[in-house]
Amino acid sequence: MTHASLKYDDTIAAIATAYGAAGIGIIRISGPDAALIADQVFFSKKGHKLKGQETYRVSYGLIKDEKGQAIDEALALNMWAPHSFTGEDVVELQCHGGAVVLKKVLDLVLAAGARLAEPGEFSKRAFLNGRLDLSQAEAIMDLVNAKTETALTAAANTLQGLLAREIRQCRQELLEVIAYLEADIDFPEEDFERLHQGEILTRLEKTRERIQQLLQTFSSGRIVREGLKTVLIGKPNVGKSSLLNTILKTQRAIVTDVPGTTRDTIEEYYNLGGIPLVLIDTAGIRQTEDVVEKIGVEKTKDVIKEADLLLYLLDSTTGLTGEDREYLKELPKEKTMILANKVDLLAGGENAEKYEEDLARQLRGYRLLFISATEQIGIEELEKAIKDQFFVHGWENKDQAFLTNIRHKRALDQALKALESGRQGVLEGTPSDLVSVDLQNCLEYLGEITGETLDEEIIDQIFARFCLGK
Amino acid sequence: MSYEAGKYDCIVVGTGHAGCEAALAAARLGCKTLILTLNMDNIALMPCNPSIGGPGKGHLVREIDALGGEMGINIDATYLQIRMLNTGKGPAVYALRAQIDKKAYQQRMTLVLQNQKNLHLHQAMVEKILVDEHKNVRGIETETGAIYYAPTVILCTGTYLKGEIIIGEISYPGGPNGQRAAEKLVDNLKELGLQLGRFKTGTPARVHKQSLDLDQFIIQEGDPDGNFFSFLTEKGRGLNEPCYLGYTNEHTHQLIRDNLHRSPLYSGKIKGAGPRYCPSIESKIVLFADKEQHQVFVEPEGLNSMEMYLQGASSSLPEEVQISFLRTIKGMENVQVLRTGYAIEYDYLVPTQLKPSLEVKSIGGLFCAGQINGTSGYEEAAAQGLMAGINAVMKLRGKEPFILKRSEAYIGVLIDDLVTKGTDEPYRIMTSRAEYRLLLRQDNADLRLTEKGWAIGLVTPERYARFKAKKEALDQALTMLKETVVTPGTEKVVRLLEAKGSAPLRQGISLYNLLKRPELCYSDLVELGLAETVAHDVGRQIDIHIKYEGYIAKQLAQVERFNKLESKLLPPDLDYSQIRNLSVEARQKLSEIRPVSVGQAGRISGVSPADLSVLLVYLEKAYRKN
Repeated sequence: MTHASLKYDDTIAAIATAYGAAGIGIIRISGPDAALIADQVFFSKKGHKLKGQETYRVSYGLIKDEKGQAIDEALALNMWAPHSFTGEDVVELQCHGGAVVLKKVLDLVLAAGARLAEPGEFSKRAFLNGRLDLSQAEAIMDLVNAKTETALTAAANTLQGLLAREIRQCRQELLEVIAYLEADIDFPEEDFERLHQGEILTRLEKTRERIQQLLQTFSSGRIVREGLKTVLIGKPNVGKSSLLNTILKTQRAIVTDVPGTTRDTIEEYYNLGGIPLVLIDTAGIRQTEDVVEKIGVEKTKDVIKEADLLLYLLDSTTGLTGEDREYLKELPKEKTMILANKVDLLAGGENAEKYEEDLARQLRGYRLLFISATEQIGIEELEKAIKDQFFVHGWENKDQAFLTNIRHKRALDQALKALESGRQGVLEGTPSDLVSVDLQNCLEYLGEITGETLDEEIIDQIFARFCLGK
Repeated sequence: MSYEAGKYDCIVVGTGHAGCEAALAAARLGCKTLILTLNMDNIALMPCNPSIGGPGKGHLVREIDALGGEMGINIDATYLQIRMLNTGKGPAVYALRAQIDKKAYQQRMTLVLQNQKNLHLHQAMVEKILVDEHKNVRGIETETGAIYYAPTVILCTGTYLKGEIIIGEISYPGGPNGQRAAEKLVDNLKELGLQLGRFKTGTPARVHKQSLDLDQFIIQEGDPDGNFFSFLTEKGRGLNEPCYLGYTNEHTHQLIRDNLHRSPLYSGKIKGAGPRYCPSIESKIVLFADKEQHQVFVEPEGLNSMEMYLQGASSSLPEEVQISFLRTIKGMENVQVLRTGYAIEYDYLVPTQLKPSLEVKSIGGLFCAGQINGTSGYEEAAAQGLMAGINAVMKLRGKEPFILKRSEAYIGVLIDDLVTKGTDEPYRIMTSRAEYRLLLRQDNADLRLTEKGWAIGLVTPERYARFKAKKEALDQALTMLKETVVTPGTEKVVRLLEAKGSAPLRQGISLYNLLKRPELCYSDLVELGLAETVAHDVGRQIDIHIKYEGYIAKQLAQVERFNKLESKLLPPDLDYSQIRNLSVEARQKLSEIRPVSVGQAGRISGVSPADLSVLLVYLEKAYRKN
């Protein structure tokens, strides 16, 4: 079989800015279908399509998902061949969301038909299309190679165990079915047991379930890789930034006594017992006429939707206010943890205990912790609580293979599609040479993940399995 | 002692299936050609099974035929039965297979050679290839001292190179069927710097038909006349000679197991690698110990012969063990063995030393075809012979070699596999080796290749005219089907759909799209007068074209991508050690195999996609420098 990664007549895409950087993130799309693909995810405010625009135009609009939901606002910059970095049609989408939103946009672009770019592939195309001069050639060659090798090493690392084992298992199961079909095709008169339609279906269904289960781990896998998206929420000045600083042990967010000074979300990474947390501090949720703050507030709502864990901060000194109740209504209970801050300011003794009991009663159904961000009270308990929640969900389950890489996810999606098509074929009684096309496609996509190519595998399998030799 | 015996354009060494096609191609293309055989009685000998075709192999024969080769025509003139295999599995893997009257096959092919203009036949043992100081071939020398000069030589020496026959503990030098082995030529090839390997293959015993109780076997007949190998054949022989199927049993297996220590395979006597698809009966019993029985097909060797071939019972056990185990088989209790089965070990030329044109890379004008290249099978041999013959002529005329791509023909797959990957067992074509199997069907071999054969000059005007007519009929019919729209009210269609249990139409639809329904075919439309009568094979072509359009389109898209890398040519003298960033393994393999294109490079094991990127960038850089 030919190597799948060498098609350069297709359209590729990738995030072109460094991972995790705040501010603007750019998705670059390059190839003959760049405009068509971009037009499926980017919708200009003026209502024009990117296809047909003059080169070097900037359009302002929204990125929308399959359901027409706005994901982010963005600028689209189009550069048509040969006047672009790669020498091909290029569209760059400048997005404003953070890493999470950017990933989502990339996902949409890939779903619209682009292939995820290989490491160094934009540069390679640029060179092959004559956009780089000779003196840059040597450097590019180093780059192409070095990047590929880094990628290989990285791949080897992610694949060091469970995922690779799981994918290999799928491949092995499929290979067996294919070997049966192929042996029957190439050795029709040989005396060996054929697989009946029902048996083939059972086997394919087993593999399909395996693939589907793997696909389901993608969100968990993403957490392992990208971190647990944790959002701090609370009324202004309730101590969110102080808590953040306590956890980060750095002064990152601006902490003042004036409500509303934390204007934008700030993402930081924090290692909690091996689980990376992405802590997102937000502007306080509240109705406001201040335009800048309003954007912050709207963004907060998006972030809540995307988050894995919501930490809601209360001010212990004021207790649960009506305003708090309003906010809590907006938050999904199952991923919310309530932190009663400033316990150090409560008068000690029985009153405090009674107060805590009252609050617990009022917040039945929530996980409730009493902390003091400034005095570092209850922080260890908080860490433990977050970790506990993961243990419950099996995050540290040693036997679970996780899908963490978006490229792997794409390949697995394709594999599933091919497998489904093959299974459908078997169901409908499609001739086995056609079914085999789908199943071999599936095998190839799985091989893209583990880096295995087909070549002689099927033939070896046929001979290992069956006694042939009429 | 030597003398000058003649000057030719092309000399073919060997008259097996490769040699015959090679010599015919060269002579038919107008070259003065000499073909030398060890034994004039053994032209086109089938030393093993009396059948040609099957999955992949039948495809090869149809391709040979479409290009103007002889094999298909010869089969159609001498078959005992013809059967289409795999009819339940989709058109891409339909496979034609014929049982052959061996002697008749040989006689007819011998006569074709004898009657061929420009072709001289001679019986001689070739011992030496003459090469000039520029490493170009000059001719050959025979053991009787005859020197023939020619700028092109095609070696089709089969399994005769240092052939060694092995039966149990006994072994002796020899070719198949009691013939002489070629010894000195091997030494000469080594002197010329060529790398040889050693393979093993084998054949079963032949038995007397009248010593069998045929009532104990299952009769296996061919199809009624209708399918032929050559696109030119219109009428068959009307023959349908049966084969017979029997089974080994536990007694057979026990007897073989008890005598395994006497098997040259297990005593270590045989060292060459044997084919996995054609194991001896003793290997099958060892490797698949849990199987309670194995099939034995009893196949006739010819109309005028009582000899029967025992397909599936190939063995190199001692003669008396072979007789004993055969007699344990039901219906063979009194079997009389006419010829004992044997294993043969032979030298082959490591095929990665060849260009895709089958010319030896290191010696200009020397071509190799057939089993010498590590393949097995009559069909594989004939296909290579044809290509080597054509390419020798191309070389003589100073033209580009004729190469078929993997996307164009099984012949392309076969040769590309050989010269790119080599082989570690006698190579057999299989449909699973072809990536673009849906395009490379046996039914469309003429549509794929006749035009090419015509351009080369091997296709006769008669064949070309037929091809043109068929293609025109096909195109016309397809256009008509696309342009004719029927509506839910079209009475004939309503009746047809009812009769076929097909859902009624809800809106207007072209006949073309209507035929996408699996339950309908073109002949149904003809019956209703909705379409014109066409030849059977055209009707079949229409159905396949329409019904598998989706899958075919998918493969065509793959082929387009494939062709991009195939068209990125690598200079033959490229110094891979100078290219930075290639992996060590890739550098070594690329230097050794010297692929023609980046596409071919990608099929070499050990060359990764990263290496290909490096090659692409290197090529672009070199291109811009110039």
